[in-house]
Amino acid sequence: MHPAPSVILFTVLSGMGFGLLALLALGAAQPLGLAALLHWGLGYGLAVGGLLASTFHLGNPQRALRAFTQWRTSWLSREGWASVLTLFMLAPVALAAIMGAGLPSFFGATGAAMALLTVYCTAMIYAQLKTVPRWNHWITPVLFLLFALTGGAILTGRNGFGAIMALLLGAALFYSFRRGDGAFAERGATIGSATGLGALGEVRQFAPPHTGGNYLMNEMIFRVGRKHVRRLRIIAILGASLLPAPILVFVPPLPWVMAVAAVIHLVGAFAARWLFFAEAEHVVGLYYDAH
Amino acid sequence: MTALPPPSAKKLGLVIDLDTCVGCQACVTACKGWNDQGYGAPLSDMDAYGSAPCGTFLNRVHSYEVQPEAAAPQIINFPRSCLHCDNAPCVTVCPTGASYKRAEDGIVLVNESACIGCGLCAWACPYGARELDAEAGVMKKCTLCVDRIYNDNLAEEDRVPACVRTCPTGARHFGDLGDPESAVSRLVAERGGYDLMPEMETKPVNKYLPPRKKGAVEASPLAPLLDVQATGFAGWLDRLLEKF
Repeated sequence: MHPAPSVILFTVLSGMGFGLLALLALGAAQPLGLAALLHWGLGYGLAVGGLLASTFHLGNPQRALRAFTQWRTSWLSREGWASVLTLFMLAPVALAAIMGAGLPSFFGATGAAMALLTVYCTAMIYAQLKTVPRWNHWITPVLFLLFALTGGAILTGRNGFGAIMALLLGAALFYSFRRGDGAFAERGATIGSATGLGALGEVRQFAPPHTGGNYLMNEMIFRVGRKHVRRLRIIAILGASLLPAPILVFVPPLPWVMAVAAVIHLVGAFAARWLFFAEAEHVVGLYYDAH
Repeated sequence: MTALPPPSAKKLGLVIDLDTCVGCQACVTACKGWNDQGYGAPLSDMDAYGSAPCGTFLNRVHSYEVQPEAAAPQIINFPRSCLHCDNAPCVTVCPTGASYKRAEDGIVLVNESACIGCGLCAWACPYGARELDAEAGVMKKCTLCVDRIYNDNLAEEDRVPACVRTCPTGARHFGDLGDPESAVSRLVAERGGYDLMPEMETKPVNKYLPPRKKGAVEASPLAPLLDVQATGFAGWLDRLLEKF
């Protein structure tokens, strides 16, 4: 699949933002005054910024509001609802934290649950697609949730929890890479089943239907950069998981330390998310004898 | 509404005969021609006269080579367009309700004025049936020429999809695949019509007819015509000429 920068930015940043909001809402960190404003502001900024980035790849973004209508069937629509509801439900929690007022923990807990539900909906947009066997698996929502929780834990300075999440994330990434490599073959779609000609003999493309590119090839048959896959996987696991974990455990949680950990984690997260798209093979590629 | 309607009794669709398709691309051209000027945004071309032309099409014709184990390889031309699936994954993923399947005849359509161009339906389709128009920013797909098949202003024989109307070899058939007695359903039953990528569980309405078995050369159906016995004056002339 084509790794569109807007979608990578959106999923990484909004995931981290909703993770941060969830942990703040649960009281993982209880900053006061200006610090509270900065923490909650960062959470809202990342979440909203990410959501705005997601509209950049739309053909007609002016109609984006219509995306709230089909929550009964569409994970994309559910994600829209969940994200907006989360931002509204957490507003009083954020204001109370900034003003130093107390709110019953029920408000924070439901808001946190909504924030994680938003991340789950984002993941399900991809995980629901049978056409992309690498994504069509429970590991996809697990990865997205672990990314959100790790990012949120680093930004709230929850060292122990953050280290555990980071290590779990590393394991999940490792598993997703290993499992993903065999996913396409396991699904069983081949050029033979795609054309239905497999029973006659071995099928190969003789001539493509067009000599130029088209939307399908640009969007779903992306192969550039796969030669760097090994290195990028190492960067992803090191950056997102293995480097931040010891920093969280062994270095005192000073603001600048956490900032460094967050940046390292983000580098890994961007590498992992780029791979998430670039490595995903869509079955339509079979018609072009390429996937 | 992007929930799928209950399976309709009427299932309009195409039956494509891979035995007779010669890969002439006439259906591609006819489709582009018709759908450029009526229903929805025209199918745009980008850099049409440049070095890297790229455009929106609703129908593409591939060519495959099949190598049987112990026979000569075969070229099979393979038109690919929307299969108007009963269990259309492109419909349920749509966040805006732009993508829908008609309850009355099963045609899958896009309401372009509600489409935000997110592209998720194209990702959900295993068959590459949907292409996002780069100019209009909306999703385009085969409409089964919904503006032809019910169009009383057209002559009766023209009330079929443009690709079917234009096919010079009769490789494309249009009809109601929900009616087991229809001509297309009988054709599918006779020739062993099949679904593409059944493992995707999309339940396509369109069917493909496999190429007929190409075994040893059979006696030509024209052979009796070649064995002409001249009679009368021609017969006399025939016998006379053989004497020389």
